[in-house]
Amino acid sequence: MLFWQILIDGFAISALYALGATGFTLIFGVSGVLNLSHGAIMVGAAVAAWAAASEFGVGPYTGALIGVLAGFILAFATYFIAVRPIQRSKVIAESEKEIFILTATLLWGIIIQEAIAYLFTNNAKTVLPIVEGVTTVLGVRTPRNEYFTAVICWVAIGLLWFLVNRTRRGKAVMAASMNPRGVTLLGIELSSIYLTVWAIYGLLAGVAGILLGMFLGVSSYSVGPLTASAFSIVVLGGLGSVSGSLIAAYVVGYLETGTAYLISPAYRTIPALLLLVVVMYLRPQGLFGRR
Amino acid sequence: MVSLKSFLLASCATALMSSAAWAADPIKIGVIAEAQAVAGSSIAPAAQLAAEEINAKGGIDGRKIEIVVYDNHSSSAESVRAFQRAVSEDKVNAVIASYISEVVLALEPWAGRLKTVMITPGAASDVITQNIAKNYDQLKYTFHGYLTSTSLAGLVCDAAKDLLVEPYKMKTAVIMSEDAAWTTPLDAGYEKCLPEIGLKVVDHIRMSPDTTDFTPIFNKIEGLKPDVMITGISHVGTQPTVQWKSQQVPIPMFGISSQATNSTFWKDTNGAVEGVMYNAVSGPGVAVTPKTLPFVEAYQKKFGNFPSYAGYTSYDDVYMIADAIHRAGGTDPDKMVEAMEATDYVGTIGRIAFKPKGDPNPHALRTGKGYITGLMLQWQSGKQVNVWPKELAAGTATWPSFIKLKAASN
Repeated sequence: MLFWQILIDGFAISALYALGATGFTLIFGVSGVLNLSHGAIMVGAAVAAWAAASEFGVGPYTGALIGVLAGFILAFATYFIAVRPIQRSKVIAESEKEIFILTATLLWGIIIQEAIAYLFTNNAKTVLPIVEGVTTVLGVRTPRNEYFTAVICWVAIGLLWFLVNRTRRGKAVMAASMNPRGVTLLGIELSSIYLTVWAIYGLLAGVAGILLGMFLGVSSYSVGPLTASAFSIVVLGGLGSVSGSLIAAYVVGYLETGTAYLISPAYRTIPALLLLVVVMYLRPQGLFGRR
Repeated sequence: MVSLKSFLLASCATALMSSAAWAADPIKIGVIAEAQAVAGSSIAPAAQLAAEEINAKGGIDGRKIEIVVYDNHSSSAESVRAFQRAVSEDKVNAVIASYISEVVLALEPWAGRLKTVMITPGAASDVITQNIAKNYDQLKYTFHGYLTSTSLAGLVCDAAKDLLVEPYKMKTAVIMSEDAAWTTPLDAGYEKCLPEIGLKVVDHIRMSPDTTDFTPIFNKIEGLKPDVMITGISHVGTQPTVQWKSQQVPIPMFGISSQATNSTFWKDTNGAVEGVMYNAVSGPGVAVTPKTLPFVEAYQKKFGNFPSYAGYTSYDDVYMIADAIHRAGGTDPDKMVEAMEATDYVGTIGRIAFKPKGDPNPHALRTGKGYITGLMLQWQSGKQVNVWPKELAAGTATWPSFIKLKAASN
């Protein structure tokens, strides 16, 4: 019974982690940007979906759509406000750009976080679930929304896979992550690739944020922990490796769920962080990293 | 042009006249609160409202009351800096501070060092007043304007007896509280008073305030098969409430749930709070005293939303401080402390008087019959309905369909 409980709960939460981390790792793979405003974008999308449904009375579907749109807009805002000006700057030395972008996205994330706290208070919000009710499978009573979350996550990840491997645009994105200069030599504008990646990222982060808002709820306090968890999953899986991130998401998700059920919910995140430290010692490039 | 000129002249004249009306220096009250937290965000506006009302009636002994607001971002360190600035630069005469016990505990020694009367409208830890008992001369400047955790536990038990044990013959309970300064004495109070009313405590779960996934906690509680969950939550609220509903945990939630006192909580939880019962000192539409409803109405008219629990007390605190300054004949801090100790004031939450020096909790509010008795409210179809005590009740308890009251069906 407990085994099935852990299996089912762990699966849903891991799927959510995987979706959240995929966009994060994609951006890094293609443009070398570690986007530390990741958590803020997820929370922004969820809060927009909540506000649309609760404050303006649109239904759960329209609310979720508005949330995805908010994630999309926030991702582009991040790119155009915090990332692109630094990438194109002639004043900042090339070698220092990475750290500048890191700082800029961190501060941008804090700006979004504070804005959310002031406009909507720091109380947690929950997005109106699209599917209600519970189902009992194998003696485990689970909200239907949890299954829904897992399904949507995997559909989104599947679509991403299709996009990257089967479409021309997607292949260009993949190529850019392997060899940016090579892509430019083939006559593809790198800046348009960046736009594509940020668009994909905005959709992924928006969907992940809304699902998290439905499943567990989010508040402006979630911003830091969400960025940190995406970051540690991506580092564990290997920076820039999408499949590595997916596997790492499941490792972290199940470690956390198992700890919460078998030891105590208070120690939930500790084993995963310890694992991260061990991996950093033994295999600094991450489990599936290429560099 | 002429009309503009005369308008300017007229407004200058009014400005002169109104400043002339306030002969003496204003009385300054600093408000250090959490602008971003729902509970804390009512503290400053409510104080402002009280000050405006007092000023409209001519102030205190011809002196105007001025509120100086500091946002502490829910941080103890920022609160201490704000307190120092309030006293040494802005020269405030008293401070109204925070709903967070950790913040008030950090400010308490500063109120002593800087000899400035401080009252908290919303913190609950008993340690605040226990500290005063240990070191009265140094810490006597702090007043506890809200119920202590031990009093809160007692009020929850009183209500549980009437609402759960008697009608449903409930026998067992699990205590579920967040790990914070205010819940340590609360839990001790629960452990003591629940068995006295006939509820055996089968387990006691303290969770981290950072918890986001409550599934394992509810799963464990459900396995213990208690009749009721007695809560002690304030920093968390939305997430356990929503997950309680989405997972259809068949056990009632009853106790302290500070966020449930906010009128916005229904929207925050998308209605998942339906059926949750929580203790409060005030509630919408409940005329605890003749001052309660006029205050709520004025607040709502001015700010467009309803005050949180700490808004009621903050409003009362301004009146109490003003009254104490009037009786003390000025703002000498030691005389103000003496006057505050003699407070006997009917505010929005009941009759307010402080426990004296020599009590284990000096400067804590008196509770019980004739003073503050508290309420038990339940969220029903989007409304906060008072169900206890009987003489103030506006409805009876109802439960969501997923709640299974085992004992009641026997």
